[in-house]
Amino acid sequence: MAFEIIESCVNCWACEPLCPNKAIYEAKPHFLIDPDKCNECAGDFEESQCVSICPIEGAILNELGEALNPPGSLTGIPPAKFAELVARQKAA
Amino acid sequence: MELPVLNNVAPDAGGCSAGSCGSTDDQMGHLPEHIREKVFNHPCYSEEAHHYFARMHVAVAPACNIQCHYCNRKYDCANESRPGVVSELHHPVQAVKKVLAVAATIPQMTVLGIAGPGDPLANPERTFETFRMLSEQAPDIKLCVSTNGLSLPEHVDELTKYNIDHVTITINCVDPEVGAKIYPWIFWKNKRIKGREGAAILIEQQQKGLEMLVARGILVKVNSVLIPGVNDKHLAEVSKIVKAKGAFLHNVMPLISEAEHGTFYGMTGQRGPTNEELQILQDECSGDMNMMRHCRQCRADAVGLLGEDRGDEFTMDKIDAMDINYPEAMKMRAEVHAAINEELESKRIARENKVQLVSIEGLKVNKPETRPVLMAIATKGGGIINEHFGHASEFLIYEASSIGVRFIGHRKTVAYCEGGDTCGDDESALDKSLKALSGCEVVLCSKIGFEPWGPLEAAGIQPNGEYAMEPIEDAILAVYEEMRTNGKLDAKPAEQQKVA
Repeated sequence: MAFEIIESCVNCWACEPLCPNKAIYEAKPHFLIDPDKCNECAGDFEESQCVSICPIEGAILNELGEALNPPGSLTGIPPAKFAELVARQKAA
Repeated sequence: MELPVLNNVAPDAGGCSAGSCGSTDDQMGHLPEHIREKVFNHPCYSEEAHHYFARMHVAVAPACNIQCHYCNRKYDCANESRPGVVSELHHPVQAVKKVLAVAATIPQMTVLGIAGPGDPLANPERTFETFRMLSEQAPDIKLCVSTNGLSLPEHVDELTKYNIDHVTITINCVDPEVGAKIYPWIFWKNKRIKGREGAAILIEQQQKGLEMLVARGILVKVNSVLIPGVNDKHLAEVSKIVKAKGAFLHNVMPLISEAEHGTFYGMTGQRGPTNEELQILQDECSGDMNMMRHCRQCRADAVGLLGEDRGDEFTMDKIDAMDINYPEAMKMRAEVHAAINEELESKRIARENKVQLVSIEGLKVNKPETRPVLMAIATKGGGIINEHFGHASEFLIYEASSIGVRFIGHRKTVAYCEGGDTCGDDESALDKSLKALSGCEVVLCSKIGFEPWGPLEAAGIQPNGEYAMEPIEDAILAVYEEMRTNGKLDAKPAEQQKVA
């Protein structure tokens, strides 16, 4: 039972000091979670701390590879709109 | 007949010792002496000081504890100039090195702020470590911090330790209903709290933090982002409340919401205010408190005078190559500051003398009431008209009326002239300048080419290069008097052309 941080992480440091198990560490190109230490905050907090403060949708996954903050859930931006923007910027 | 310069009303008689009272701007003029002393050389607080003194931000605070709909944490773009954006994040030791390098190179730099790119108080270790080292190593630099306020109450006591005498709180609302439209979530007591409930906690903490700072004698400036249709009707009330609680300055800034920034507002078509809407709101709030109109909404890693960014000169690799002897630099800095203060002081005395003269003449002349006129100024700083029209990347806007001259704000444009022989060919840049000048009847600059002259006149904006290198307020008063003499103030202004 452990979470994973993926490449969309922006290295904002918000999660690192909150982890009760010190499972999160600075790494290049982005922060990582030590799967041996992460227990998803079970027994420590009601909510998993990294997931609760992370500002980036889709940056933290559960063991099944599912985004714990799915697109649209934090910013309120409709995911389709965001995909449009990314496509436009790639084309430019 | 001469009119007084409203921005520069002479200070109360007595109580104003030489050198301690460089600024007598509209927002400074009626402040108590102990506050004026703290802000006269702070470019962000004094309209006059911002022409002479520089500031810098160090990006040591990446984490944030709330989400705002005008912010996107994903973007880190070198070409974007807006709060929350940085190119290079620093650890406190690096940040201090950078500050000392900048202060030694740009002696006009008097103020160091920590403003992000996240929230400084959501990164208390990094923020306070930076302040602690700086207060030891560079005691001649003022320290300030900008926060969303959520963690402010728990850090107020720590803030008082480092001689931080200015704190900025961004307060966009005092009503959780309004807040729910601005803040989708906050992180509070180990939980993500969404919507109205989160906004209510944020508002409560902001107000509590404001009260605690005021109680400890720390100056508080309040920033508000004007979001049309969301808090535009609400900000006058915010102004009233924060003033009652003791904030010394209120800064209403326009929403920046370009779609390409990828923010919620940008992506959902929420527009920013027009220049006119911003001015109307600032006027509405100014009845209630000191308003600040020269804010440039800097990046969280900006370096230099307001409106300029010399960050590229101070990247970490360049700083590592510099050999800084700060104690030596401090001596040189003290000399530069003394020279600037002397200049400000002599300007102040000149103004005082002029105001006295005007008030004597004012007794003899019965001033007819004439309509106000907006004028745009191209300047590089120093309070004089010293920029070519085509080189201006922004204009300062002033209002002249029968009661005097007042500063309204600045409007950004793109420099119309890129230099060289092609100067004047770029129509879209000129269109942008025309748009920035909407509502103005005169534009004063040090020089202006033949090409833009016609379109400006056609748009009802009189170009004027006759006051090159002269003080801004003097020139405006002179032009206003010319307009009066020529009967231009009797008639309503010519209908301005719509500019695309």
